Formats: sequence, structure tokens, C-alpha cells
Amino acid sequence: MSTSLIGARVQRKEDYRFLTGAGQYTDDVALPQQSYAAFVRSPHAHAVLKKVDIEKAKKAPGVIAVYTGADLANAKVGGLPCGWLITDVKGQPMKEPPYPSLAQGKVRHVGERVAVVIAETLAQAKDAAEMVEVDYDVLPAIIDPKKASSAKGIHEIAPDNVCYVWALGDKAAIDAAFAKAAHVTKLDLVNNRLIPNAIEPRSANATYSRASDDYTLYVTSQNPHVERLLMTAFVLGLPESKVRVVAPDVGGGFGSKIYLYPEDVVVTWASKQLNRAVKWTADRSESFVSDAHGRDHVTVAELALDKDGKFLAMRVKTTANLGAYLSTFASCIPTILYATLLAGQYTTPLIYCEVTAVFTNTAPVDAYRGAGRPEATYVVERLVETAARDLKMDPVEIRRKNFIRQFPYQTPVALLYDTGNYEQTLDAALQIADVKNFPKRREESLRKGKLRGIGYACYIEACGIAPSNVAGSLGARAGLFEAGEIRVHPTGTVTVFTGSHAHGQGHETTFAQVVADRLGLPIENVEIVHGDTSKVLFGMGTYGSRSIAVGGTAIVKALDKIVAKGKKIAAHLLEASEADIEYDRGVFKVAGTDKKKMFGEVAFAAYVPHNYPLDKLEPGLNENAFYDPTNFTFPAGSYVCEVEVDKETGTTTIASFTAVDDFGKVINPMIVEGQVHGGLAQGIGQALTEGCRYDESGQLVTGSFLDYTIPRAGDVPMFQLDTRETPCTHNPLGVKGCGEAGAIGAPAAVMNAITDALGVKDVPMPATAQTVWKSLQEKAHARV
Amino acid sequence: MHAFDYHRPASAKDAVSLKAGKSEGKYLAGGQSLVQAMKLRLSSPSDLIDLSSLKELTGIKVSGSAVEIGAMTRHADVAAAADVGKAIPALAALAGDIGDRQVRHMGTIGGSLANNDPAADYPAAVLGLGATITTNKRKIEADGFFKGLYETALEEGELITSVSFPVPKRAAYMKFKNPASRFALVGVFVADFGGKARVGVTGAGPSAFRQAEMEKALAAKFAPESVASVKVSASGLNGDLHASPEYRAHLITVMARRAVEAALK
Repeated sequence: MSTSLIGARVQRKEDYRFLTGAGQYTDDVALPQQSYAAFVRSPHAHAVLKKVDIEKAKKAPGVIAVYTGADLANAKVGGLPCGWLITDVKGQPMKEPPYPSLAQGKVRHVGERVAVVIAETLAQAKDAAEMVEVDYDVLPAIIDPKKASSAKGIHEIAPDNVCYVWALGDKAAIDAAFAKAAHVTKLDLVNNRLIPNAIEPRSANATYSRASDDYTLYVTSQNPHVERLLMTAFVLGLPESKVRVVAPDVGGGFGSKIYLYPEDVVVTWASKQLNRAVKWTADRSESFVSDAHGRDHVTVAELALDKDGKFLAMRVKTTANLGAYLSTFASCIPTILYATLLAGQYTTPLIYCEVTAVFTNTAPVDAYRGAGRPEATYVVERLVETAARDLKMDPVEIRRKNFIRQFPYQTPVALLYDTGNYEQTLDAALQIADVKNFPKRREESLRKGKLRGIGYACYIEACGIAPSNVAGSLGARAGLFEAGEIRVHPTGTVTVFTGSHAHGQGHETTFAQVVADRLGLPIENVEIVHGDTSKVLFGMGTYGSRSIAVGGTAIVKALDKIVAKGKKIAAHLLEASEADIEYDRGVFKVAGTDKKKMFGEVAFAAYVPHNYPLDKLEPGLNENAFYDPTNFTFPAGSYVCEVEVDKETGTTTIASFTAVDDFGKVINPMIVEGQVHGGLAQGIGQALTEGCRYDESGQLVTGSFLDYTIPRAGDVPMFQLDTRETPCTHNPLGVKGCGEAGAIGAPAAVMNAITDALGVKDVPMPATAQTVWKSLQEKAHARV
Repeated sequence: MHAFDYHRPASAKDAVSLKAGKSEGKYLAGGQSLVQAMKLRLSSPSDLIDLSSLKELTGIKVSGSAVEIGAMTRHADVAAAADVGKAIPALAALAGDIGDRQVRHMGTIGGSLANNDPAADYPAAVLGLGATITTNKRKIEADGFFKGLYETALEEGELITSVSFPVPKRAAYMKFKNPASRFALVGVFVADFGGKARVGVTGAGPSAFRQAEMEKALAAKFAPESVASVKVSASGLNGDLHASPEYRAHLITVMARRAVEAALK
């Protein structure tokens, strides 16, 4: 028997294609009769559109058409829908203002689309776009989410700019617990707004066929079926059967490519009007102003403790900035994916969280790697570390004192953790990080004039949001299952169709490992297909670290059906009873004998059914499965970060970073490490470098890489990684997911380390050199 | 990018006369600032006069007392020139830390100086060493060259041909980088000419400038402690997302001290 492929460091099958420049991204797709779209975007954050004059642009060289919001309204093209309905504290539905694809009467953020110019060449489209004359009546902009509710409403439906006030937990009971507590730790925290910046900008290329009256849309999407469902059912009113959505190779998403965007709608609609293929690809400047941003919370967080450091209650009040419009999943991020994570790894018995979600004149905010869970982890882990300092306890010991140790564990914030072993990852992290010698390293740093600090974060993540009926009861307007299909070819090679979508995750390798291992095939004989609604039967896509736990399980369920049918075929071939057939990695065997048939022989018999039970069994070997999980999965881990701060300049260097994660069963450790590296880099980016800034008039100050600092290789250390495994109890692979962990746990670990180094309670993220320097100045002044 | 006419003159003289006929035209040196601005449609020259094939504008000459660099010499070539490294190691090091690898292989000293970006590196060295800038018309002393934000003493159509740097006893450049753009948030070039010292500061103000108080202190004694106690006024310094005028003022002192330390090593 060959060694198992589960747990093997198989090299990524997709890398040959990517590393040799042979990837096929949306912008690489060139269609017959190709035309190019350029959008006219608002330079103002908030303004009435008095007049949009397109006459000059229409006459410009090469221009095929110019459309404005009025054209879409006349054609009855609907606004973009929100996929999650939040019900507020008074039982009322959230406010859902219209989200038109091209502005109708008003613009509400810099970069909002006012008109589109479609021309024979991109240069002609861009030249003509400059000739569209827009007369704006500029209105005051509301940018600061804390001031939104006292400002004039930017949408008619929400006069106080509040989308909803939502809460979880028994406030009275929690207030009472706080009143009695021996100690309360309180923090004012800002979770900084981030701009995703996938390496491949968004792109959409749509074509329409009069002959068959159908559309094909190539688009940078993490979930092509969801894109199709939202666009056909809610916006364009088309049968899904008439729209094919292809998301070919996609160069990174981090959440920003989950959503249905106005540009996708406009090019699809226009392709029929013009009977031409219409392509739009964002340039980097457009990405900055029009991709959905992430995070942007302002929070007051409190933790009540007894005198020994046992957590009694947590109280959290958050204002979440949703931006100007409700992006596809915007409403569930600061609620369902945030408040439910506030138990963290601890037995805090009482938790109350209140969220006020507001509209502002900024780009829409939605899920970004971690989506609610980094925000929750930041609250919990900053509170825990600060409480330890307040009580003069070791931050490690205060965590041990409060760890959940009995599983399954029902948290007070709705989640049921199936399994975990938090002490195990923490112990491993402490050892790898050599925490016991930290005091020595701190002294060495001091001798060089550097301040050294250590910080911890013990995070919990909830992946593979599910089950669909529970999500539905919480407001989800979509299912959260996944689909998979195994197509066995006559010679025993296999094509797997998955509803998950890879945009950097390496599914073509990881999923192939799962299938090849189960079927006893060389991995080269397993092909993974994703990202095309005309090939894959259905899919909910990839986000929330759900691919292996949900998409992988759907594949396993389909494999179960393949094996079950294979047993029937093998029983016939081996002249044995089906009940006596045993199966193990490609071999069908009659129990207790040496009689066997290999998987390839069974597959061949299914397609060349000469010796085959045709009276009882259909020929062929092709199965599909839909899998709806019974629960979330709960990856968890312990991170230890050490920083060195240059006292003179405020520059912070990550001296070391240790991450020990429990992702359940690991299929490909190399790919998992890559995912953790990327997540940590983004988490460190949030902590040290990245911060989206609008000025008071709503201009995006950080509108390019000259001002928006994504972390570079030199900003992160060589990571020290390890894993521990407590297999997930409710999926057959025992897997939990790993895509977001690094981004979830890292910010709190880094900021705990910086505040330790400086000896201050809080430093705002991103802790740039200037910010840290200011903090040191303030501390020095306070001492005088 | 808007459409433009492209020219590749055969000599500097031809370049100058071409430019004279194109009021909306621009010289194209390394293109590291101009082409970016054109791509963003912020700059729309009618004509680009590409200087890159003009051999007469490239090359490095080192004598005992000066390093002369042709205007079209790429940063990477200055950084790699062994004789520059020997004569003024601080200048080679400065060139080797401009932008990134790609920028250094395209960008030129003449283009950088003519553009006079407030955060460019070369202006600190030009002022810190008291260089002389030669154009097709005249010689301009460093102190008279930088006139303000993106402004220089160059007249319309005037073309830099070379830059001559006096060789100091010792010198060093210390840069604190903007975390995003990696331009100089504050860059300080110090040079010791034996009893005379110069300090050129870039990134901190609308245009590079000399720091007289530090020069005086260093002339008396070229030592870190001479500059460590010099408090720089924040007045007139740049303030932005990345650094307030106060922070920049503070960094000038820190970078100057570190530069002196480095020069003495």
C-alpha cells in the first residue's frame, strides 16, 4: 500500500502554470468583438448630480456607447442586493437603501460610478470618459462613524445614518455582574479600516449571443454561482440558465471578490445592448476607491474579573462603519461573525455586545480576511492582556485560569465549540518562542537602546459558517452548503468539480490529494475543476476559510457514493456478496480472501459494461453531493510576538513571531504554512503599517501605494510555525480550515507586544513609527 | 496616458533645439516620475524628447578632488562604480538605496535633480557636498539650484549635462524611509571638508535645504554630539499622514547624528 497523501507536502500542481506566466486571468480573456469600458467616477464624497452631460463623450473617436444611471433606471436594472438581513434590537429589519450600479441623482462616496463609456479601445474609452461633464452640487460629507448618527442622513431611508442597532446577550444580567466585580478592565479600541489590494485588480468581461440569447461573464470572483444568482435573480431579472459566469484564475481575493459589484452588472447589461463583448479592468487607483474595504470598528470594551483574575463578564459596544452602501455581506460581518466570537478561548459566562452600524460617505465595507473574527479577537485578546497587567498577573497564567477545557462547549454567544485543546497550543508556543529567556533578550535590547516587548494572542476562529437553516434564521439570504462532483473516466482517471473557488489557496493540489488518497490514484490522475457555472453543478464559493471543511467534505461525500457504487460493481466482478466487499484506497477486496479488483478495473467495467449487472445498476461512474455542515469548525491557536522599538524614531521591528495553530487534520502542511504566512503578514500589516484614511471632505488620502502601506517581505520576520491537531468532530476529514487564522490572531499579539515594550495601555493601529514616537513623547511628558 | 509624440534626438544639441519648438514638450530622462504621472493622466506632455541614447550625457569621471557624473547616468551605475565608492562612498551608497532595483536601473541623476521631488535623495548629496550642476548653458552652484517644491533654477528648455561633486574628507547619508513609498521621509547628508562641514536635508521641507546650525557645530567638531543637541524647528517643514512637522524636525536631528556616526566609522 502506498503511503497516504493526507499530510504530505505535495508540491502545488497549479504552480507550473502560475510561475511560467501561463495563468489565465480575466483580463487575459480576449473575446471576439471586444470593446472596453471606462467608468466616470465621482471625485466628491457626497453630492447631488445636477447634470450629467454625455454628448461630447458620445462623439469622441471610437466611442460605441455612453450610459448613465438614467439608462439603467429606464431599463429597469435593479440595485445590488444585500445577502444578509439583520433584525435590530427593536425587531425591525435593517435599513436597506438602494445601491444602484450607476449613481441615481446623488453620489455618496469618492469613486462611485456616475457613467460608463464603452469604446473600441481602452485608451479611447478613457479619453472619452474625461469628456463626460458632470455638474455636482457638493454636500457636506460624513466620514467619522462616531459622528454619523448625529449628521444628516445620506440615504432617505436612514435619516440618522444608522443601518441597525443590534445586540446579543442579556444586558441587565451583565451590568449586574459588572457592578459586583472586583476589577474592571476597560479599553477604547479602534479596529483600523483596511484596503484589500489583491494583486490582481477586479475585472469583468461580458459577452452576449443573439443566436442563443445568453450571456457569458468572465469575472474576478471568489464565488461565481453566487455572483450569477445575485445578478440574475435580483438585478437583471434573467433566467440563471441564460447566464454563464466564469471566474478563471483569480489573483487573490481576501474577501474583496466575494461581492457582486456594479461594474459586473454594467458590463453584462451593456453586452446585450451593444451585442459586443465589453471588458473592464480596474486600474490600481480604481481598486483603492471602489473595492469593498475591511474592518473599521470603534469599540468600547470592558472585562469584569474577580480578584483572582477569573473572567466574570464582558461588555462590548461597537460602532461599525458600513460605508456608503450595503455591500453583499456587509451586514453580517460586525454582528454574526463578530459578537459570536467574543468568548474566545475562555469560559467568560456572560457576554453582551451591542453594535451600531452606520452609513458614511466612504467606500462600502465588507468581509476582509477574517471578517469580524479579527475584530473580535482584537477586543478579547487586548482586554485579557490588559487585565493581566492591571492585576499584575502573568498574561499566560490569566489565560490558563480561564481556558475552556471541557468540550463540546456552549458559549454564551451562541456558538457550540466541538473540540479544542488550548493549553496544548499555548504550551507549544511558549516553548518554541523560548519565552522563559525573554527577560534576557529584553536586557540585550535595552543595551542597544531598544525597547523590547512580548505579546500573546490566543484566538478562536469559526469557519465554514453553517448550517444553512441556522444561518437562515439569523438572516442569511443564501444557503451555506457546498457542492462537489466526482467524474470517473473509463480508464480510472478522475475529474473533480468543486463549488469552492481557488484564488491562491492551492485547491488543485489539496483537493486532489484527498481524492487521490481515497481512490488510490497517482495525484496526476486527478484534475480539479472550479470557477465555471457551466461546468460545476453549483457552488457557494470560497470565503470564511470554508473550502476544505465544507467544499472538501462535499467531495468526500461524493467519493463515498463512488465507493458505494464501486462495491456493487466489484461484488459482481468478484462474484461475491456486496456486503463482503472491503474497500481501502483503490482496492476492492473480498473480505478474508486475496480476491480483489483495482479501482481502475471497476471504473472500466462501469463504462464498458460487458460483464456488469445492467439489470440492477446503471453504467457509468459519476456522483455528486451537496454538503451542509451541522456546525462551524473552530480552529484555534496561540501566537507569541516579540517586538523591538527604536526609542529615537519609534520604528517597531518584529523580532520574532511564533504561531502554533490547531487546524484539525492537515492535508498539505506546506500549503497550510503558506496560508499562515500570508495571514500573519496581513495581520502584521494591520498592526504596523496599513490604515485607510479619508480626510474630512471624504477624499481618500491613502489612495495609492505611495501612501497606503501594505507590508513588504522586510516588514515580517522568519515565522516560527507549528501545528497541533484536535480533529474536527463533525466532518469526515477532521479538518477545520486555515485561511484566515494568521490575520485573526496577529494584530492582537503584535499590539500586546508593542504596548508591553512601551509600557502604555494602548497604541492605535497601525503602530507606525510616528504613532509609536508620539506615544513615547506623551509618556515622557506625563512623567514630567 | 494621453497620446504624445516621441522623439529620440542624436545629440544634446538636437534635444535642446527640439525642445525649443515644443512648448508643451518634456525631456524624458529615466521616466521614473514623469511616466508615472502620465499614466495617472496628471501630466500630458505633447512631446517626449528621449535622452536615453545620448552617450555624451552618461558616464562617471573621478579625479582626486571631484566626482563628475553625467546627467543620464543611472543610479545603479553610480552605486556600482568602484571609483565613486572609493572617492565618496556615501554618494555610491545613496545611489544604491534610491527606490528599488527597477527604479535604480532606469532613474538618472539629471532627471532626479531637474524634477526636484521634495523627497528625492540626490538633492541631499548635492547640497551636502556643495556640488556644481552643469547645463547646456552654464554652471549652477548647489546653493542656487533648488528653488522650492518641484522648482529649480533651470530655465525653460535648459538641460543638465553633468553634476560635479567635490570629494570630502568623510561623509555619510542617513535616510528614514516613508513606510509606504520608501522615499525619504527625512534624509540627511553630512560631509566633513576639514574645518568646514555641510549638512543637506531632504524629505523634510518643500525642497532640500542646508542645516546651518549643524554645519557650524560640525565645523567646530565633526562628532555626533555636535549635532545631537541641535533642536530643529518644525516651522516650515512638511506635514502629512506619515510624519508631522514636529516628527520630521526630530528625525532630522536623529538622522544627522547617525550620519555623523556612520561617517566616522
